[in-house]
Amino acid sequence: MDYFTQQLINGLVLGSIYGLIAIGYTMVYGIVGMINFAHGDIFMIGGFIALISFLLLVSLGLTAIPLILLVVLLVAMAVTALYGWTVERIAYRPLRHSFRLAPMLSAIGMSFVLTNYSQVAQGARVKPVPPIITGGYTLHEGPEGFAVQLSNMQIMVVLVTIVLLAIFTWLVSRTRLGRDMRACEQDQTMAALLGVDVDRTISMTFVIGAALAAVAGMMYLLYYGQVDFFMGFVAGIKAFTAAVLGGIGSLPGAVLGGLAIGLIETFWSAYFSVEYKDVAAFSILIIVLIFMPTGLLGRPEVEKV
Amino acid sequence: MTAIPTETTHVSRTSGIPFILKKAFLSACVALVLFSLMIGIRTEAGPDGQLTFWTRFGDLASIVGVVFGGSILIELLRQWIGPSGAEKLVPPAVQQGISLAGRFLGPALLVFTLFVPVIFYNQRYILDLAILVLTYVMLGWGLNVVVGLAGLLDLGYVAFYAVGAYSYALLATNFGWSFWVCLPLAGMLAACWGVMLGFPVLRLRGDYLAIVTLAFGEIIRLVIINWQDLTGGPNGVSGIPRPTLFGIPLDNSDDGLAAKLGIDYSPTHRIVFLFYLILALALLTNWVTIRLRRLPIGRAWEALREDEVACRALGINTTTTKLTAFATGAMFGGFAGAFFATRQGFISPESFTFQESALVLAIVVLGGMGSQLGVALAALTMIGGFELFRGLETYRMLVFGMAMVLIMIWRPRGIIGHRAPTVYLTKAQAISSDLVKEGHG
Repeated sequence: MDYFTQQLINGLVLGSIYGLIAIGYTMVYGIVGMINFAHGDIFMIGGFIALISFLLLVSLGLTAIPLILLVVLLVAMAVTALYGWTVERIAYRPLRHSFRLAPMLSAIGMSFVLTNYSQVAQGARVKPVPPIITGGYTLHEGPEGFAVQLSNMQIMVVLVTIVLLAIFTWLVSRTRLGRDMRACEQDQTMAALLGVDVDRTISMTFVIGAALAAVAGMMYLLYYGQVDFFMGFVAGIKAFTAAVLGGIGSLPGAVLGGLAIGLIETFWSAYFSVEYKDVAAFSILIIVLIFMPTGLLGRPEVEKV
Repeated sequence: MTAIPTETTHVSRTSGIPFILKKAFLSACVALVLFSLMIGIRTEAGPDGQLTFWTRFGDLASIVGVVFGGSILIELLRQWIGPSGAEKLVPPAVQQGISLAGRFLGPALLVFTLFVPVIFYNQRYILDLAILVLTYVMLGWGLNVVVGLAGLLDLGYVAFYAVGAYSYALLATNFGWSFWVCLPLAGMLAACWGVMLGFPVLRLRGDYLAIVTLAFGEIIRLVIINWQDLTGGPNGVSGIPRPTLFGIPLDNSDDGLAAKLGIDYSPTHRIVFLFYLILALALLTNWVTIRLRRLPIGRAWEALREDEVACRALGINTTTTKLTAFATGAMFGGFAGAFFATRQGFISPESFTFQESALVLAIVVLGGMGSQLGVALAALTMIGGFELFRGLETYRMLVFGMAMVLIMIWRPRGIIGHRAPTVYLTKAQAISSDLVKEGHG
């Protein structure tokens, strides 16, 4: 039972990270109707920016950990958001009215560019960081000596996810930008006729998605203590799986899907085999799409003739 | 998706030096922020796991400078060409000449290919490259059945390539079966996997299909890596037998081909044989595709590509149509995989990554979906261009990715973007790509 609880905690933390990335997929898919293949790499870039800005701050002599983390968070969000904006501007905007394979291929191309750009710029080796947030609580000490641990790091990941989701939900449901986004999701042409700046709204979607992916990248860096140039691909597919599982286009669905994928992956590693955990995650994607093509919280697709 | 062009945003563009400078300055500012941390500061893990970093402000400055200059250049070019696009650059007479040459390009290319081993007999490098290009031509033509004809976006095509390669490698090393027995088996096994993949994805369309095939490709690769007992895991399979000319080995032994013909043995014989083997396989793919296009099944594929709903309304069984497309494409992928295994003599999971799938898909789309000649030309350009960067291993994929983005922006419909009808009244007319509205098949 203790082992189970521990895996539950680990799975929820991993799921929060996936959920944050999945929001970017689900938003872009909802509005533009394309899979942003480069989103996983945006997450990876976010991790790198966080790492570099962290190193810089420490070398400048800052010692207050909360202040450092806050500055790193803001820098990572800002710079990665600019990456998201640039990617949309270069690779997707010129192709918005092209036939449907074109933006997908340019997205794959952009993903290659980002992966190899960070390999060229920062080297291929794994970049480790020492644990920054230490300590935690022992929730329950079992009779066999197995203790259920809840680290401060894990609490932080979940808290940051919840806070960001709250802000983000408010943004989408209460602000002008959120209204524009929902309008574009319904019908881009009609929204444009009614005075919504479609280009700007789509840009902002990419910016917000990238900023959330940057947060996920930073959490990943702090939680696992390392980043490398290739981590975006697998994390990206899993986050996309999460978005599909939750019902693509649905924001709570993305988070729910993220949690589900995180839990499934963790439990699979804990009880079956670590080697096949990615196989399990990808199989779930296929199974979900066969039996629930619109996901857990998705709306049924309307066929336009 | 709506197809209404929104060019209005570009009408208000002003010209003049201040505007261009302002734009370039803004681009440079964006570049400065983007690259400041990633390029300006280089991190590296030290021997004791401690991260160190050093600055590279010189590189940063030059990149920002390049962006500034490039932005000015692009803006000037754009104003010079004007809103009418690239049409102005090529006069109509030249365009007519190109379309006339296009008619003879296919046969000319084929004749030239037939004589490649004669012309470049002593240049091993060129022969190897030609074999590589032909392998991708074959893969491109195979995937063209799925993506180009049936319009089913397959991002996991390399899985069938892997199935073919591993089928041949394992059958040949474990049972000692010859290449000519294993080749059809590899194709059949790959086709079976194609059907297996086809079943779950029958209900899916467009991007969902793409992501499921991607996941499928990854599953196959992960299983190959982890099933160490069977596949050798990351170490791969080595000692795969070389192909024989129907039982006659191509080596310098006494019963080898050279000894039987009474000529001096040369290792080039095997290369030339491999060249004609892959050429024959590729031409087989091409011939089967062209024949199938004229049959009801091929027409059903093309109907499916253009509009799935209309297709169903006409009573076409979309299930069998999709399954046959997957199986046919997968079978050719399996053939190509078996050839790959016998050429290399060694295979490992590293040869079957997502990058390979993306490369083949890029060849099909760049060639112009459904165009056989276009795919061959695209394979030649992409693999040839890829070779140019062989020395710069890390920059290769970077350039490849950029090329993919730029080509899509420049020619989203590929080199040969028009559609040639399979059935016509009195006179065949090519259909311009602008008129084709693709369904979400």
